[in-house]
Amino acid sequence: MQPFQHLDAVAAPIAQPNVDTDQILPARYLQKPRANDFGQFLFHDVRFRKDASEAPGFVLNREPYRRARIVVAERNFGCGSSREHAVWALYDYGIRAVIAPSFGDIFFSNALKNGLLPIVLPAPVVATMLDRLRAVPGSRVVVDLQAQTVVGPDGKMHGLHIDPFPKHCLLQGLDELDYTLSQAERIEEFERRYESGDA
Amino acid sequence: MVTDVERRPRTLFEKIWARHRILEREDGQNLLYVDRHLLQDGSAPAFEMLRQRGLAPRAPHRAFGTPDHYVPTNSRTLAAIEDPEKRAMAEALLRDTAGAGILCFRLEDPRQGIVHVVGPEQGLSQPGMLIVCGDSHTATHGAVGALAFGIGATEVSHVLATQALWQAKSKTMRISVDGRLGPGVSAKDVILAIIAKIGTAGATGHVIEYAGPAIDSLSMEGRLTVCNMSIEAGARAGMVAPDDTTFAYLAGRPHAPTGAEWDRALARWRKLPSDPGAAFDREVTLNGGELQPMVTWGTSPEDASPITARVPDPSAVTDVVRRDAVMRALAYMGLTPGTPLTEVRVDRVFIGSCTNGRIEDLRSAGALVSGRKVAAGVEAWVVPGSGVVKAQAEAEGLDRIFTEAGFQWRHAGCSMCLGTNGDLVPPGQRCASTSNRNFVGRQGPGARTHLMSPLMAAAAAVTGRLTDVRTILGGG
Repeated sequence: MQPFQHLDAVAAPIAQPNVDTDQILPARYLQKPRANDFGQFLFHDVRFRKDASEAPGFVLNREPYRRARIVVAERNFGCGSSREHAVWALYDYGIRAVIAPSFGDIFFSNALKNGLLPIVLPAPVVATMLDRLRAVPGSRVVVDLQAQTVVGPDGKMHGLHIDPFPKHCLLQGLDELDYTLSQAERIEEFERRYESGDA
Repeated sequence: MVTDVERRPRTLFEKIWARHRILEREDGQNLLYVDRHLLQDGSAPAFEMLRQRGLAPRAPHRAFGTPDHYVPTNSRTLAAIEDPEKRAMAEALLRDTAGAGILCFRLEDPRQGIVHVVGPEQGLSQPGMLIVCGDSHTATHGAVGALAFGIGATEVSHVLATQALWQAKSKTMRISVDGRLGPGVSAKDVILAIIAKIGTAGATGHVIEYAGPAIDSLSMEGRLTVCNMSIEAGARAGMVAPDDTTFAYLAGRPHAPTGAEWDRALARWRKLPSDPGAAFDREVTLNGGELQPMVTWGTSPEDASPITARVPDPSAVTDVVRRDAVMRALAYMGLTPGTPLTEVRVDRVFIGSCTNGRIEDLRSAGALVSGRKVAAGVEAWVVPGSGVVKAQAEAEGLDRIFTEAGFQWRHAGCSMCLGTNGDLVPPGQRCASTSNRNFVGRQGPGARTHLMSPLMAAAAAVTGRLTDVRTILGGG
């Protein structure tokens, strides 16, 4: 995982609730090995028409959103299946943070493990952000993970909640497994105790 | 050292959580020990991650695999899969599990099936266990009184390597369904009504315990259906306290304890239900006697209404975000506001999936179909959830009832629930489906899905439109 960098980027508004992982990454691409660029499949069936040409109405097909590194969405973003490919598709496209009032639980944890920062902000804050992004296309959002702040397109600063451990992992580009493996003795000790009483 | 000296009344979830806690990190995350790790043919990326780290599965005896997402339902040989990438997914599971010494039911094994049908059926899923699987419908197994939830590929590789998983403790929600379900109303209607009430994000961050007389009186199959769709309410997991229904279901299953071990397990399992007075972070109550047969009309499982309702009118929706979502859903679904749901015609019927592919589901659909014919122009499928379900149904003559009515009787797999194996609903066609998601494109690009119970799907098959099954049951 690459370390999470300071973000000052164009944000794309996707003002819909319940953007599910089937929309983010249709199931027929789940059979592709990870070595693929999953960015090409991101939002495939709304981003492309049947003849594979771009759907002109879709936000990521319009300037300046092609350069978006942040997505701002409505509630329950990433609901649905556990497919980590949905996170890979966003990441490979270049998205590094998604801001929404709430997220699907599994998507949220998958994101943190792949360098994609899911940011929960209150619904009215997100609604204001979405309005501003649509009114002034190309507005930028600044995410400072170290300081745990988000500056919206209106210049207002908001606090960003993240647990210390995933924050450390994101900033350093580390994954959890190394830390867990360093706790192998604790797991072994638990396992011995557990299995002796585990009929 | 983790100690657990709490004397206060505890919930089923808290008891399982405490028993599996290995250690707690400074930020409050807990490392939990995993009893059962279920694998299916989407697991290839996780095994690849493991190989890249030079690691091997730590506890192969706690893992179990069965191919389901990519298997053909018209044949029992992997060689029949024409698409090399699909075939590679199924083959990878067989190779990865064999290499690690993990039990796996191959395609030609009569015990193969959808992992969430096979786990309980084989007695692999037991009360008090912590069960994970790289699939969001893992909450299904909570029906036996386990804590079961879906995880992503990185977490699958983490569990393979360590047999443990980091989790923040979820909040708890009890959903009580009082009263008695009416005729034609089943477990699927209960869970669709719950999701319609609380919304698809209604239980985000929570583990649900389903309780109350209407849940207690459900069979194990019914409870599995309810817990299966917990993720569609946003919940991390869903569970039902184990009781005599659970124990009777598990007794004698191939991987269930036997003899003295069974007695010891039973004594432990009886202590699992939430203590009287245990506090939940949220309580939701439904009156089971008021529930109607449900169908979805939109593109989110929360877009569910009683079959007696009409297609909703977006202009009557006050919340702007919701109004916009309803308009978009109706455009995709090709529905006109105000149309009675019972006038919506269907092209396809799919009975199966981890939600409703069990023997009780096939019996209820079969009873309605018996002596009737699939409506002209409708293509109807039954895809049993496992080889065991299929064999049982055939022993009861259900396959003949379905085929004589004009249904296709197929082999076990996930099939048309998400179409990864190529079983797709063509663009623009409308499918009455017993599966769990009506997302845009879920059953194929442009496919229009209406979720419902097996009984309601059977009714739609014979009439060719969404139908209040009670009008058929009542009329004989």
